Amino acid sequence: MLFFSYFKDLVGQEVTVELKNDLAIRGTLHSVDQYLNIKLENTRVVDQDKFPHMLSVRNCFIRGSVVRYVQLPPDGVDVDLLHDAARREARGA
Amino acid sequence: MPTKCSMKLLLNYLCNLFRSFNCSMATTTGLESLVDQIISVITNDGRNIVGVLKGFDQATNIILDESHERVFSTKEGVQQHVLGLYIIRGDNIGVIGELDEELDASLDFSKLRAHPLKPVVH
Repeated sequence: MLFFSYFKDLVGQEVTVELKNDLAIRGTLHSVDQYLNIKLENTRVVDQDKFPHMLSVRNCFIRGSVVRYVQLPPDGVDVDLLHDAARREARGA
Repeated sequence: MPTKCSMKLLLNYLCNLFRSFNCSMATTTGLESLVDQIISVITNDGRNIVGVLKGFDQATNIILDESHERVFSTKEGVQQHVLGLYIIRGDNIGVIGELDEELDASLDFSKLRAHPLKPVVH
């Protein structure tokens, strides 16, 4: 639940999603769901020459199970708040 | 031998199945906005399949109509293999992209050279 809430707060930010097949997609976070599936808008693949497979795709849905990393803007994260929330969640669980 | 009539019934049943799911979560990504649009699917084994999204469910299983697979290679241009009406199981799906038809039409597939996508490794 914690990361679902966290991603909901990040909607509108530019993120880069790196997938488990090494594909990296940059875009604006449009929405997220309970499975941490991610919908991105204005997408472009990071290395377009190596991965021309998605040249004509501008909006995409990424299945949560296939995400390796979600790269965020460093000033888009309140680390202390996140740290507190994680500590609370760990205590509760 | 599935008849065209029974395939249409299957299509209708599965399309109605997704509509009956109610969305309780505040942010539901949902593929509803992509229904009846041309989409590009990247599967876990590294395939790229393009077709019209007809239906989906909570497990991201999808129904793809008029589908074809785009095979990329480093030696020759993109090959298109026609597939038809497909159900793709959700646990094999990586990315579902909304295909921009104008952009797609401007691409010269015979000139594109690329390594095939890598399979997903968990």
